[in-house]
Amino acid sequence: MSSSKPRVGIFDFACCEGCQLQIVNLEEELPELVSAVDVVEWREAISDQSDEYDIAIIEGSITRASDEERLRTIRKTAKILVALGACATIGGVNKLKNNFEMQDVKKCVYGKDADMPHLDSSPTKAIDEVVKVDYKIHGCPIDRDEFKYVMQSLLIGKKPEIPEYPVCVECKAKGNPCLWDYGQVCLGPIIRAGCGARCPSSGFRCFGCRGYVDDPNLNAAKDVIEKYGLTVEELKSKMVLFGSGASATQDCE
Amino acid sequence: MSKNIKINVKHITRVEGHGDIVVNVNNGKIEKLQWKVVEAPRFFEAMVRNRSYEDIQLIVSRICGICSITHSLASTKAIEKAMGIEVPEQTDIIRILMHYSEQLQSHILHIGYLAAPDFFGVPSIVPLATKAGEVVKAIIRAHRTANQWSDLIAGRTTHPVTIKPGGFTVIPTEKQFRELQESLKQTMTELDTVANAMVNITDKIPKFERETEYVSLKQEKPPTYTFYHGDIISTDCNGQTVDVGNWHEVANEYVSEQSTAKWTKWHRDAYAVGALARFNNNADLLSPAAKNIAKKFCLEKGCCNPYMNTIAQLVECAHVVETSIEMIDKLLTKGLTEEHVIVKPKAGKATGCVEAPRGILFHEYEFDKNGNCIAADICIPTNQNHANIQKDFEKLLPEIIEQGQEAVRCKLEMLVRAYDPCISCSTHILDVQFTK
Repeated sequence: MSSSKPRVGIFDFACCEGCQLQIVNLEEELPELVSAVDVVEWREAISDQSDEYDIAIIEGSITRASDEERLRTIRKTAKILVALGACATIGGVNKLKNNFEMQDVKKCVYGKDADMPHLDSSPTKAIDEVVKVDYKIHGCPIDRDEFKYVMQSLLIGKKPEIPEYPVCVECKAKGNPCLWDYGQVCLGPIIRAGCGARCPSSGFRCFGCRGYVDDPNLNAAKDVIEKYGLTVEELKSKMVLFGSGASATQDCE
Repeated sequence: MSKNIKINVKHITRVEGHGDIVVNVNNGKIEKLQWKVVEAPRFFEAMVRNRSYEDIQLIVSRICGICSITHSLASTKAIEKAMGIEVPEQTDIIRILMHYSEQLQSHILHIGYLAAPDFFGVPSIVPLATKAGEVVKAIIRAHRTANQWSDLIAGRTTHPVTIKPGGFTVIPTEKQFRELQESLKQTMTELDTVANAMVNITDKIPKFERETEYVSLKQEKPPTYTFYHGDIISTDCNGQTVDVGNWHEVANEYVSEQSTAKWTKWHRDAYAVGALARFNNNADLLSPAAKNIAKKFCLEKGCCNPYMNTIAQLVECAHVVETSIEMIDKLLTKGLTEEHVIVKPKAGKATGCVEAPRGILFHEYEFDKNGNCIAADICIPTNQNHANIQKDFEKLLPEIIEQGQEAVRCKLEMLVRAYDPCISCSTHILDVQFTK
């Protein structure tokens, strides 16, 4: 009976595991969702471990050669691979370390012990920089309802529709005052919606955890920074915070 | 009868992060016994360099998904101290309320989702739902309330956005606080349900003791069972506290070959932090309901059974909920006011210290005159427990070695889980290899 259900494995790499936590946070809906599939591996919540699965959900970024190998093995086994959360989809805060030389980063944290082999680390990569990713669930952390929606779509064989418009659309619809008028460098104009503009609705600027929309209007972004008297450097500094694609920050210049 | 047993558990399940246990016993002789942290290091202290003080909490909350509020608060306290920012009383109370929401969320997650399956002999909470339906429902309801509570004050369930140096971007309305208070009253009855069910399975908690040093915060003015203010105390200190600014003298961090996370030691070769440590230092200051739960489980000050940490967490759940109900009364009696603190960046260096659900946490930062971070040093609770877990292993294994491979593996895993390790904080864990 259970063999007819898709087998799902949830795997984690370098991250805070906050996105897996959002799955747990589905509360009563969790057993329902879990009963629709066969969860064969989910280290954070269950004891079982398996090498056979149809859907692999990957949380975290890749920061070590050994992790790249593990990810490639997972990709070979899985029919569908889903990147879960900002660390997996765009690198997340883990990409901040790529602003420095690796040796300098290691020395800064481990001092004289920096060269011990088990402390080895490479520049951070998002999942699609190593293997092909079929679907992305954005955010830091992910939105649990969006996770549910994507899983439901996959189970009925439908492509999930993820917004391709910016956060500003959702923010305006909520009637929030624009945070740019309050001196905040908000990334709402160029970041993918779908979060319900949670942060700006709490009076905090969008810092880009869902990554850029597919075709960010960078000229408009330039107009905005001119209007508010900012420098490209200031905007870039905010743009790299969640690793939202170094190429877009270059286009900005 | 000489046996050869080999257990190989790579990446222990039902813990947050990656860790391995290696046991090698040959002809009754223990040749290797190691608790290893194998999490990919993430280098937060290096990543925050050159970032504005305004971005710090946003970055460091990502150290941990389960205790993100704690990391945000520790960093914000450090920033405020470094820049001489005074925090108004109402902000202070609301921050403590926010911090308590995370203590409840994290403790219930650990007790219900991660540890309880061991006590009831099931692999996860899902089959537990049919075995102990009412308890699971109570756990889920309490967990949801905790999350809604975080959501309300922090702007999000995980990774807060309302905390800023000097105050909040936005605070809940009086009506929202009142509604929260009503759900917290309901949570008190749910905690009772959980406690009553757990009392019946206390025989599943292994009887193991090892005397060690317990380190936590202690607050004297006013005397409080503290998670947020105070100085450092230990059971080896004869009541003498240490200023949080001197935390380096307490943690004495060192790099172990077993671990990508740093280890610590103070008066002995290991110390423990977390709910049991706080209980052992401050139990007399617990709320009445919390004291009742402790009594039910015969948990008393001086307890040195690490498996009882899970029970101490349950006690703390009652404490934070009961205390929060009172704090909301205090807030609303006074009436909410708008507090505005003007923040001007300046050069400085300071430590922010709070109790994470799993133990004392230190964040130290240095800023230049523009408020950009020059250096950071973070010491997380799970790291402070690693050496103590290793020492527990060394005493426990000879005591249970005759019980056979499966029991040994189970008790070692349960021991690690009892500490509620948050290994992605420290850097991920569990591989058990056992040869007898």
